[in-house]
Amino acid sequence: MTTPPMPSTPQPQAPAQAPAQAGPAAAGAPPFPGQAGATYTSPIPIRSTHIGDAIASEWTKIRSVRSTVWTLGIMIFLMLGLGLLIAWGVSYDDGELVDVPALTLGFTGVLLGSLCVITLGVLTVSSEYGTGMMRTTLTACPNRGRVLAAKALVFFALVFTITTVTATVVAVLQTSMVDAVDATGSEWLRGTVGVGCYIALLGLISLAVGSLVRHSAGAITIMLGVVLLPLVAAMFLFAESMEELRRGLLEYSIPSQLSVLYGNTVTDSGPQGWTPVLFMLVLALVALGGALAVLESRDV
Amino acid sequence: MIELAGLTKRYGEKVAVNQLTFTVRPGVVTGFLGPNGAGKSTTMRMMLGLDRPTSGDVRIDGRHYDQIRHPLKYIGALLDAKAMHGGRSAFNHLLCLAQSNGIPTHRVHEVLDTVGLTSVAKKKAKGFSLGMGQRLGIAGALLGDPKILMFDEPVNGLDPEGIHWIRHLMKGLAAQGRTVFVSSHLMSEMALTADHLVVIGQGRLLADTAMADFIRDNSRSYVRLRSPQQERLRDVLHDAGITVVEAGNGTLEVDGVPAARLGELAARWGLVLHELSPQQASLEDAFMQLTAESVEYHAHSQAGPPDTNGWDATGWGSPQNPRPPESPPPPQPPPSTEPPQSPQSPQSPPKES
Ligand SMILES: Nc1ncnc2c1ncn2[C@@H]1O[C@H](COP(=O)(O)OP(=O)(O)OP(=O)(O)O)[C@@H](O)[C@H]1O
Ligand SMILES: [Mg+2]
Repeated sequence: MTTPPMPSTPQPQAPAQAPAQAGPAAAGAPPFPGQAGATYTSPIPIRSTHIGDAIASEWTKIRSVRSTVWTLGIMIFLMLGLGLLIAWGVSYDDGELVDVPALTLGFTGVLLGSLCVITLGVLTVSSEYGTGMMRTTLTACPNRGRVLAAKALVFFALVFTITTVTATVVAVLQTSMVDAVDATGSEWLRGTVGVGCYIALLGLISLAVGSLVRHSAGAITIMLGVVLLPLVAAMFLFAESMEELRRGLLEYSIPSQLSVLYGNTVTDSGPQGWTPVLFMLVLALVALGGALAVLESRDV
Repeated sequence: MIELAGLTKRYGEKVAVNQLTFTVRPGVVTGFLGPNGAGKSTTMRMMLGLDRPTSGDVRIDGRHYDQIRHPLKYIGALLDAKAMHGGRSAFNHLLCLAQSNGIPTHRVHEVLDTVGLTSVAKKKAKGFSLGMGQRLGIAGALLGDPKILMFDEPVNGLDPEGIHWIRHLMKGLAAQGRTVFVSSHLMSEMALTADHLVVIGQGRLLADTAMADFIRDNSRSYVRLRSPQQERLRDVLHDAGITVVEAGNGTLEVDGVPAARLGELAARWGLVLHELSPQQASLEDAFMQLTAESVEYHAHSQAGPPDTNGWDATGWGSPQNPRPPESPPPPQPPPSTEPPQSPQSPQSPPKES
């Protein structure tokens, strides 16, 4: 590709002419129909842009890069693979699950899969900064709030759908493989839609952090800290006086709250039922609000 | 029309753009020149609302950039050739831009064709050469068929044919009545393309003038002389009422006297000349003079001060004649009646780079 073709009409070399008179440029090859005049009017229909355009654009972006396929592919693989492996192990052992439905076995796969979602969430924004694409994006859509909203919506919809569908498939398979008590309707709902919401909201927090930090490795590290640190810290808080804090960290750590959605409550206090999703929703909204405020005020 | 009023940008202590006030008018190509770090890219980013001005204002047809409801159909910009995600194909890159502004997909195919990238439309942008990336960036700028176009160093990385192509593209766009604003380091390139000229240095406005005026005012013509009998030659010229300037390296320069007359004078007094050559100061020299005080990042040359005429910034793709062929011919000194007596060619050979 060293000599691409010339634009539509090749033009002969212009004769020597004063640059100031380039106006009647028979010389320049006009690549578009149009005539010399006071100002140019484009034949392309003009209409105001709206959030729908931004969403279409972000959908094209997220589906046209490899990192989406990699991260979500690995997540599906982990959820299915680990979920089935664990269910097979339990059924092979002939050990019965006491008092818990089989779909709780999906927890481990989702927990590991959440790391993929974190990565994708961060990359959705930080890769645009890393490559310089963000300038192009914000030139095409100077409404920064709209860009962030479109990214968040598209990302949420994609991750929610994939996680919920995969979690449902895994739960159905596990239930058919393992003898256990039947899950109630609300347990089913929490273990599928609830988990999908929770993971997608966790991804939104990563997206917000990616937008704040603008650096992929940095943002991913921060998010791993957010997920793992409370649990790790809780393990090392032995002192009596710290008991309250220890319990709080344990109960509200991201993995613990995920397990609540699967019906495994570590303690009797702490979040129950749908509380983890609500908790995550508030956290995600705060993070996105912060990301928006900073995005609006900062040079790109 | 783009209007800048006292536009200023400060990064910490550093004043990148300092009180810029000028207007970019439609229907002409406006060249935006300045040495490295002059603040060209920063100014363009402020025009596009990417960087917020510290003070001052920039308006596009009276509005701020973020008030434009359909930006790509109004302004197309090429900021940085690599301002794209390398993992995305050229087609998808343009498609997501088109979608964000409600531009029909067939435009994507059209601009890919215009810049000559149709055959690699499905290839990832990270595999593109610098010139191909540049073309893809230009395609993005043309996508909305906008009435204002802005290019930051568009010829960067293009081959001679590509340079020729973009020159004509820009002129053609301006001839259709569009506003074209293009930055460059190369005066010679701008002389071929631009009708109007804005020069900045260290963020400050140095010139805002019609290109033709700049050429007229800055193409000094003179005659260069070298002689083993330099002292006598100077006396002879002095007696004839001709002002001589010592130009270093044993050469003399004479302004405003035809080479023929100088040769005849030397012959009458039996003086040996090693060189008698009419010279044309290049626009590049004029540009360098204009920005001399504001160049921030000097290279430290080991070979002493460069010979002014040996400075060939026209680069490849441009004729080695320091004066651009398409500019109006400034008054030429009459050709010498004598054959050049010097072993040197009348003009120093261009540096091959
Ligand atoms: N984000 C930034 N933070 C700090 N300084 C900056 C920033 N952007 C630009 N500068 C400084 O502002 C000055 C102007 O930079 P700018 O990129 O606008 O110059 P330029 O004219 O485009 O140069 P070049 O011809 O090399 O592209 C430079 O000294 C640069 O170091
Ligand atoms: Mg620059």
